[in-house]
Amino acid sequence: MDFQIALLLAQDGVVNGAVYALLALALVLVFSVTRVIFVPQGEFVAFGALSMAAIAGGRTPGTLWLLLVLAALAIVVEAWRARRGLAVDWRSTLVWAVAFPALAALLALVVKPTAQWAQALATLVLITPLGPLLYRIAFRPLADATVLSLLIVAVAMHGVLVGLGLYFFGAEGSRTASFSDSRLDVSGIVVTGQSLVVVGTTLVLSALLFAFFERTIVGKALRATAINRVGARLMGIPTALAGDLSFALAAMIGAVSGLLIAPITTVYYDTGFLMGLKGFVAAIIGGLASYPIAMAGAVLVGLLESFSAFWASALKEVIVFTLIIPVLLWRSLKSRHVEEDE
Amino acid sequence: MKLLNKKTVVALAASLAAAAALADINVGVTLSATGPAASLGIPEKNTIALMPQKIGNEKVNYIVLDDASDTTTAVSNTRKLITEQKVDVIIGSTVTPNSLAMIDVVSEAKTPMISMAASARIVEPVDDKKRWVFKTPQNDIMMATAIADHMAANGVKTVGFVGFADAYGEGWFQEFTKAAQAKGLTIAANERYNRTDTSVTSQALKLMSVKPDVVLVAGSGTPAALPQKTLKERGYAGKFYQTHGVANNDFLRVGGKDVEGTLLPAGPVLVASQLPDGHPVKKSALAYIEKYEAANGKGSVSTFGAHAWDAGLLFERAAGEALKKAKPGTPEFRTALRDALEQVKDLPGAHGVFTMSPTDHLGLDQRGRVMVTIDSGAWKLMP
Repeated sequence: MDFQIALLLAQDGVVNGAVYALLALALVLVFSVTRVIFVPQGEFVAFGALSMAAIAGGRTPGTLWLLLVLAALAIVVEAWRARRGLAVDWRSTLVWAVAFPALAALLALVVKPTAQWAQALATLVLITPLGPLLYRIAFRPLADATVLSLLIVAVAMHGVLVGLGLYFFGAEGSRTASFSDSRLDVSGIVVTGQSLVVVGTTLVLSALLFAFFERTIVGKALRATAINRVGARLMGIPTALAGDLSFALAAMIGAVSGLLIAPITTVYYDTGFLMGLKGFVAAIIGGLASYPIAMAGAVLVGLLESFSAFWASALKEVIVFTLIIPVLLWRSLKSRHVEEDE
Repeated sequence: MKLLNKKTVVALAASLAAAAALADINVGVTLSATGPAASLGIPEKNTIALMPQKIGNEKVNYIVLDDASDTTTAVSNTRKLITEQKVDVIIGSTVTPNSLAMIDVVSEAKTPMISMAASARIVEPVDDKKRWVFKTPQNDIMMATAIADHMAANGVKTVGFVGFADAYGEGWFQEFTKAAQAKGLTIAANERYNRTDTSVTSQALKLMSVKPDVVLVAGSGTPAALPQKTLKERGYAGKFYQTHGVANNDFLRVGGKDVEGTLLPAGPVLVASQLPDGHPVKKSALAYIEKYEAANGKGSVSTFGAHAWDAGLLFERAAGEALKKAKPGTPEFRTALRDALEQVKDLPGAHGVFTMSPTDHLGLDQRGRVMVTIDSGAWKLMP
């Protein structure tokens, strides 16, 4: 292996790592706010990429029907809750269950955008509301359950979404046109424009998230909920809305990752799971709490994957997932284990 | 949804009209319509719907179950079909591990089974158990030899191998190693990747560092396009060979310009309309394509569904014979069906001409494969 190959491998590892980093961010966000280990995070990636491919191919993505059904279901649930005398926040319901689905339907059925950026936007509008709607239907009724119960619901949801993905998009994969066809030649190493788009988007998105959490009142409210749910509620922060928002961000990040990788590789209805798992390894490195460590962990996973694929391609996944054992060991030695009071 | 409805309807019909159902021929089908093998299982499921509804004067009931590409489910489906539905024959499953696991169940119940999976191990060697088992897809070794022959004829010396990190890739590596040794080819690199991998850049770099004359990709469906695209992108100039696992139109759609000129062996059904008029398979293959596309739309046909079609043809021919000897639903009928399957002679199907014997439960010969290339986005028969 010479220096040039090492550079190429590193480049490939960083690009993949950037996508894992986005997924790790979403996992940490969802877990810290709602305590859900969000197994179906990867499904948003596949849904995003395949919906984009469907819109670009002039077809109506099946995810639109899923969105409309979920929206109707969420409205029914809220109406039922209101009848039972529970407080219902109709404003946010209107946003997630009416405004977004209506806009998505308008874009996918009537406008049928032809410009690539508009198609990407339509995909984001289509996928983002799936997060809060799924949260309201599946997780909110259990908001006070144990982490284990929430995990079990998440696993079940993963199964349902993968099945729906197969039903909507079929067994074969799709690819989309790349956002940038330019190629840079940096001292003998070819860098594709798309890989710069991937890394750039990840950096911009994480900077935006950082600003959001540090500078805005909503972001601070999310952080407060993550740190102490009861305390946040006592301070007047609506914790259920925090759940909505974190799931919306997770779904959006998933859709963005899908848009980013679809031009690089072929995406299948079940591609997301393995990617989500690698994002999860990275999130574990960050202790499901730290964003910067999770991002660094994601780049580590990407690099490890790319180099191990060069030396022993058959054992690649083994090497990547074995990483989780020393990490867990190190984490459990480093931090004192606190019994969860539940 | 359609599958479920059909299943429940058939199950209801079978249980409500038990007396009437006894006289009908019941065909149990288990295939992988979901899970990793879904791209093979779905066209097979569509093909089952086209099979004859009547043989002789007997009505034929098809009970279709999905095994989700999972071995345990395939076995429990088989048990269910045999004990609850009292089927006369089992068609399935789609993949090799499932089919191998089902052998014990069908041989115990003395029910013939026709598999749609590729490995030769399913039917070879024919022993006490495997005398109940038949299959329709070409053995991998037939296809591997076709590739090795073509390479040797074109002066290839070294081959880079990149395949799925699963039973498909491993099986192909073993078969191709045998075929390559016979032709004096050297396998310079042996790389693996996953069906759902997002990047194979590392494997591509490794392959290019050993500079093989050609690259053989052993994958099925659209995921097989990824290594080829990556190698092209990195500037690899050699020729590419693929296996018959990629022979569907989705591969052409995803591969685009990068898979032009790729060489692969395939069942003749893939290029049926280009076969010379005298070819024994031309008529039967075209008949299948016409029927499938009439039901599922133009350009929808794939070679995987054709394996199910061939299984249906074998069953139809054998059931016609067996009906002369016994009534459906009895052990005698199942034995007669097995014997009749073994005696099938010169039956032209979509993938070749079937001639079974007590030692050969596949029955395909050289007419069951052709070399094909990709030319301006379409499959083209090589002379």
